[in-house]
Amino acid sequence: MTDNKGVMIFTEVVDGKLAPIARELLGCGRKLAGELKEELSALLIGSGVAGVAAEATAYGADKVYVVDNELLKDYRTDAFVGVIEKVARQANPRILLLGQTSTGNDLAPRAAFRLGTAVTLDCVALEIDASSKLLLQTKPVYGGNARAIFTMDTLPQMATVRAKAMSALTPDSARKGEVVTVDAGLDAATIKTNLLQKVVQEVEGVKLEDASVIVSGGRGIGGPEGFKELEELAKLFKGAVGASRPPCDNGWVPTSIQIGLTGKVVSPEVYIAVAISGSSQHLAGCSGSKNIIAINRDAEANIFKEARFGVVGDWKKIIPAFQAKAKELLGK
Amino acid sequence: MNIIVCVKQIPDPEAPPASFKIDPATNKVAPPPNIPPVISPFDEQAVEAALRIKDAGGAKITIISLGVNLLRDVVKKPLSMGADELILLEDPAFADGDSWATAYALAMAIKKVGAYDLILCGRQAADWDSGQVGSCIAEILGLPQITVAKKLEVRDGKVKVERVTADGYDVIEAGLPAVVTVSNELGTARYATIKGIMAAKRKEPIVWKPSDIGVETAKIGAAGRRVKMQKLFQPVREGKCEVITGENEEDAAANLAKKLAEVKLL
Repeated sequence: MTDNKGVMIFTEVVDGKLAPIARELLGCGRKLAGELKEELSALLIGSGVAGVAAEATAYGADKVYVVDNELLKDYRTDAFVGVIEKVARQANPRILLLGQTSTGNDLAPRAAFRLGTAVTLDCVALEIDASSKLLLQTKPVYGGNARAIFTMDTLPQMATVRAKAMSALTPDSARKGEVVTVDAGLDAATIKTNLLQKVVQEVEGVKLEDASVIVSGGRGIGGPEGFKELEELAKLFKGAVGASRPPCDNGWVPTSIQIGLTGKVVSPEVYIAVAISGSSQHLAGCSGSKNIIAINRDAEANIFKEARFGVVGDWKKIIPAFQAKAKELLGK
Repeated sequence: MNIIVCVKQIPDPEAPPASFKIDPATNKVAPPPNIPPVISPFDEQAVEAALRIKDAGGAKITIISLGVNLLRDVVKKPLSMGADELILLEDPAFADGDSWATAYALAMAIKKVGAYDLILCGRQAADWDSGQVGSCIAEILGLPQITVAKKLEVRDGKVKVERVTADGYDVIEAGLPAVVTVSNELGTARYATIKGIMAAKRKEPIVWKPSDIGVETAKIGAAGRRVKMQKLFQPVREGKCEVITGENEEDAAANLAKKLAEVKLL
């Protein structure tokens, strides 16, 4: 595969629309394709997804490959790997990008090795090296303590990209793009896993990813009762409650509100970190916040290095007093 | 029921962030002094998942670990938790591989073990956070994969897994043999028992070299890398926190609210 050209984005679809990460990837892909003076394509895989092609074009794709098949209604590894392999062999992209999502991180390694190449997961920056023209893939390592820049000589060069690391373009519905329909060519017998059930753990109120204020608790909260207090505070600000890993691992809160390297990545206006020490693995999920407010009993805690404002002390005393004063100032 | 769990010895990820240093001469992470390495926590949870299956219906658990300078006290921990056998792929030729090179060696070792129904890995190693070895082993061995599991159940020749997703979890089933990677949501791994520690002391690991598992040395370790590291660096943290104080904690809290109102963050 010496004639690989172009940048291809695996564009995930959620509720009949491009997922936010897909728009961000198209924005990033547009820039990379521009530097290479090559084409940007989108790859839509699913059932009933053909209608999303126009959206992919509006967000920057020159060409949209559509693989629409009932067998692709839900994500299953073997089916999606087979389709990616087929389209990638047909289109021969130089670069193939996916989102660092529960689908992308399952799909990308297996697809990469099927194609005889490699992938770097969870990148936060992508650039074209000026001299070698290789894709420079920057990724946090050692739980966020360090960053590494990787390259690969095999093609296509593959990477998954973390949510909110890239910016989407303003959609332009007047943009013109080509749509290429590809037959899935799937044999149901090759799909070795069975999706029995999709369980959505509803979180009341504002979603973490959309919240402009997040009140987040750590190990020091001590149990589920403490999180009730954080919920009250979050409600006052019309915000959401998050957590570092220990409260989730201990079952105090649902795992779906975990923020960090192995959880969600958030970037709210205000992130109030309560009794969170600030491990690198947690910071990996919240360091994009515009303003971090740290409340911790340990003045040496790492979270204060990231915070704009902080109070040193016992959260059990600080939170009620802070909430009362905030309520008064907000006139509630 | 034969379960194989792949585990990795890594620098302790719970070591204070201030102790984390990169040696610029070698472009490598300098191990923190006086802090012994550990089994990657996600891999410990994979061992825990195997032990829960063993508790429920019986199983033989074989641990495979790849690396160099593997401290016996560290890599024997799964044995002291209740695993049955320990195989070490310990040779300089295995070292510094990428996910692909590492998975290739592990897959060849798994083939040599021969009897396996379930292969478990941590979702990612807590040093390089690559998160690919499980998928690569599945691809090499042609097995189904289910990644990022928080619960596993084995019944009637199948494994049923709760796989963590952004807003909940999927329940996925695969026929055995299969590869499953385990996430922290599984819950804390058990402690070693005194009896387990004694048993582990007496048990000697089996050590395999590249020739023992029939791998070409060009495809393993540093020589087998497809992914090349160009640079390793520590991001700079600004550290300009304004600490709000008061007569007591309550007062400081009220002052924080006032401050936030002042800078229009309330």
